[in-house]
Amino acid sequence: MTFAALIALLVGMCMLLIRALIGPTMYDRVLAVNSFGTKTVLVLGLLGYVMGRPDFLDIAILYTLINFVSTIAILKFFRYRSFQVPLVRKTDAPARGGDRNG
Amino acid sequence: MADFVLLAGNTWETVRFPLGGAVCLFGAILCVIGTIGVMRFPDFYTRLHAASITDTSGAFLVLAGMALMAPSWLVLVKLFCMLGFLVLTSATGSHALANAAHTAGLQPKIGPVGQAGHQDHEEGDH
Amino acid sequence: MAYLLGIFVAIVAFWMGNSGHYKPLMLGFAALSVGLTLLLSARLKIIDREGAPYVRFVGFATYYPWLFWEIVKSNVVVIKACLRADLDINPALVKVKTTCKTDLAKVTFANSITLTPGTVTVEIDGDKLLVHGLYEANTVPEAFEEMDRRCARAADPSEKAS
Repeated sequence: MTFAALIALLVGMCMLLIRALIGPTMYDRVLAVNSFGTKTVLVLGLLGYVMGRPDFLDIAILYTLINFVSTIAILKFFRYRSFQVPLVRKTDAPARGGDRNG
Repeated sequence: MADFVLLAGNTWETVRFPLGGAVCLFGAILCVIGTIGVMRFPDFYTRLHAASITDTSGAFLVLAGMALMAPSWLVLVKLFCMLGFLVLTSATGSHALANAAHTAGLQPKIGPVGQAGHQDHEEGDH
Repeated sequence: MAYLLGIFVAIVAFWMGNSGHYKPLMLGFAALSVGLTLLLSARLKIIDREGAPYVRFVGFATYYPWLFWEIVKSNVVVIKACLRADLDINPALVKVKTTCKTDLAKVTFANSITLTPGTVTVEIDGDKLLVHGLYEANTVPEAFEEMDRRCARAADPSEKAS
């Protein structure tokens, strides 16, 4: 039963890869990769159960956090074309949206 | 009474593995349904909704199934941490994606969409 | 000092829950890592009210079960939309006004909207949220009033003290 769930998740991941390849806009691809990461976390946990080693859950926890950070990093890079810009809200209102390019 | 508790404990021990497997499988099927939605929906913002099925109900059910099959309380703690992180990060990630797309000028399709996947004009491709 | 103690307790509980080894050597490593983490958070200056949000536990403990039920209900709607043979969705973009005042309450509100399948917060500007929804009927501004009220009740009361 667990194995069947694992296979189903892998099928879903293959379909997401197709969306990441054909996705018309860049954001579709990022969405697919983000969702792929969530499924990877679940697959890691289930794999630990199938192989009888629940230690895999540690890796899954770590991957949850890395997945989030990588999504934010990719989006930040695509917005600013650089990792050096601090991600804080500007305090003065008129500067908002002036220096952003997609 | 003690007999009953012992019996209930034994039944729980035998029943929790098939039950946990079934819940895991159901969650995995929900994940696949969400992925089908990601493949079918016409534009980026609607695909985001389909992906959030995977992030909420699919992930929750798979984790709940794993919690039913948990061999020790340590695993339960880890699964609970994973659930908390997933709930916090997936919502924030979705919002970051939508906000980035909106700031970059990707216009959502508004209004009823009749037939599947035939409107292939996409705007704002970077 | 109370905030430092709160963070200390949370980190120690996290370590205990994740490790499972309670030999003296491992406990020594634990003390080392906890001390290092506290030092780093002191350098980051995040030992404050936001770092140890114990005051809000009661509010969130009543809010999240309700949110869970909302998520279940809207999941059914979106799953049906995914599996229908011919696609009939009606995406809409609405502006929602919120009564939440603190940043935490606004973040909770926006996160709850995003977490509920079928609605996504696209932009937050002051007290107005831009929400994209899968069905126009489900994304009228009135649909979010109860969630808004519950968010304000869960996360806002502490600002009365300050």
